[in-house]
Amino acid sequence: MSTKPTPLPSLFPSVGRLLVYAVLALAAAFFLLPLYAMLVTSFKDAQEIRSSALLALPRALDWSAWGTAWATACTGVDCNGLRPFFWNSVAMAVPAVLISTVWGALNGYVLSLWKFRGSEALFGLLLFGVFMPFQVVLLPMSQVLGWLGLSSSITGLVLVHCLAGLAGTTLFFRNYYAAIPKELVNAARMDGAGFWQIFWRIVLPLSTPIVMVTLIWQFTNIWNDFLFGVVFSGTGSKPVTVGLNNLANTSSSVKAYNVDMAAAIIAGLPTMVVYVLAGKFFVRGLTAGAVKG
Amino acid sequence: MASSLDIAGINKRFGKGDKSVEVLRKVDIHVAPGEFLILVGPSGCGKSTLLNIIAGLDGPTEGEIRIGGQNVVGMPPRDRDIAMVFQSYALYPTLSVADNIGFALEMRKMPRAERQKRIDEVAAMLQIGHLLDRRPSQLSGGQRQRVAMGRALARQPQLFLFDEPLSNLDAKLRVEMRAEIKRLHQASGTTSVYVTHDQVEAMTLGSRIAVMKGGVVQQLGTPDEIYNRPANTYVASFIGSPTMNLLRGAQPAGLVPPHGAQEALLGVRPEHVTLQDDAPWRGQVSVVEPTGPDTYVVVDTAAGRVTLRTDAQTRVQPGDRVGLAVAPAHAHWFDAGTEERLA
Repeated sequence: MSTKPTPLPSLFPSVGRLLVYAVLALAAAFFLLPLYAMLVTSFKDAQEIRSSALLALPRALDWSAWGTAWATACTGVDCNGLRPFFWNSVAMAVPAVLISTVWGALNGYVLSLWKFRGSEALFGLLLFGVFMPFQVVLLPMSQVLGWLGLSSSITGLVLVHCLAGLAGTTLFFRNYYAAIPKELVNAARMDGAGFWQIFWRIVLPLSTPIVMVTLIWQFTNIWNDFLFGVVFSGTGSKPVTVGLNNLANTSSSVKAYNVDMAAAIIAGLPTMVVYVLAGKFFVRGLTAGAVKG
Repeated sequence: MASSLDIAGINKRFGKGDKSVEVLRKVDIHVAPGEFLILVGPSGCGKSTLLNIIAGLDGPTEGEIRIGGQNVVGMPPRDRDIAMVFQSYALYPTLSVADNIGFALEMRKMPRAERQKRIDEVAAMLQIGHLLDRRPSQLSGGQRQRVAMGRALARQPQLFLFDEPLSNLDAKLRVEMRAEIKRLHQASGTTSVYVTHDQVEAMTLGSRIAVMKGGVVQQLGTPDEIYNRPANTYVASFIGSPTMNLLRGAQPAGLVPPHGAQEALLGVRPEHVTLQDDAPWRGQVSVVEPTGPDTYVVVDTAAGRVTLRTDAQTRVQPGDRVGLAVAPAHAHWFDAGTEERLA
């Protein structure tokens, strides 16, 4: 491999380069504008919202709308804010994300490194799950949850999200593991390691990038889900997306835009935090050195 | 510690019914304790499949593999007490060199102190003591090769298997590691099976060589037997460089096929053809290739094109008419039809 020496960066970027930056900046502004509008609106009181421009900065940082959204805003009959819904979502998303990720990793491990007669066909069938619209399974799923005695419970939602996400997580891991040389598994087998030892000691430590991708993907999907949340939850198990919808639709006389905006940001915050934290771990090239190179 | 290995009546077919492909046919090899057996042949000859069957990574369609007299077919690899060195080294990328070498011992629940002692011994033997804390990705190709060897050695197994372990190294390192493998085998005395497509590795390392083609063992013998009494034209031309001259039809004067066979192929190795001015077998020099210690001369004769090896001082030029001589003792005769050795 020969690499050409890269020319030193010029002090004055070329016109083309400047154009690229300009377009990128414009696109970034376009996508960030709604978030900006939400943020500034959440710090304004009702009077200021009416009088000032949408994009104007607030006169002062007024956190009261955030407090209301979190703890006292009405979501129908109850007036406890988003807080109970938020914790429902945490109780639902954390186990569902972990279980569906580990389950997908195991599936992928078997489907790529322990192939058996019919495993390719099985994987093909599993792929249907990736493309299937979830509306199709609502009725049978509700039936199954009823049989299991899990209707309207957080456990039921966890189960639904695990099943719904499994096809995707299996696909991620299966394709990632397809790149792991089979000789690595054979070497470990010769060295006396079994199915689980190879998984824990050899394969899983190589999986950091795909685990991170799957965690982010699953957390975003499950946290943001509205469909399953609104269909399969009961009084005490509604997730934050349903809570946000109820909060925004429950207004007495005046629409409290500042509370709505604060609530929307609260509901979306965890996915952003997960991305910022886990995004750093998007490392690559861990298998380098396994094979000749 | 050294065990015998019996490869008994091994057949292997991939696929079922009419579409099945036969990759190994009636392979029978007895490997004595401490022997170093080479499986050599072109790619697709079934040598790696045979190795995988011995290892337990694949199963035979028919036949038995016996290690120390015990049939191991159906037994998982982990229970066979075999260590294998892979072509790609297959080092565990997330483990340190020490943990790579000690992995199998850890799997067998050897106490940490004892394990460490064994790792240090092996590392000293292979001169990789200073690399023990590194990851495989931080090693050069030759160092990775040494670690892969160390991983196999640390186990002190009944059997070593090598799957083209040197083919990813550059030429200089390959020669060095070849000698190293020979030294380690002489020191440990462990029964070994070594797969290669390199005839030099086969000749230098093996106590016996099995030359394979199309899933069939063409000849099984010592390097000396393989070289000096090749069983057929395939073995004759596979081993030796430059390859043996095979001449069909008109035989040069003074060389008579055995038993008065009329149609016979004459095989002569380049080093057994000599330039001799008054010889009746004449030809014209077409190419002269100096290699340093030797010079190869290609001569066109009535019987066919002949390559011969001569010393570096030779004065022949392309276009020269020369006479060629072969001692009858150095003539190999093969049946013109079956290409099997005659007598």
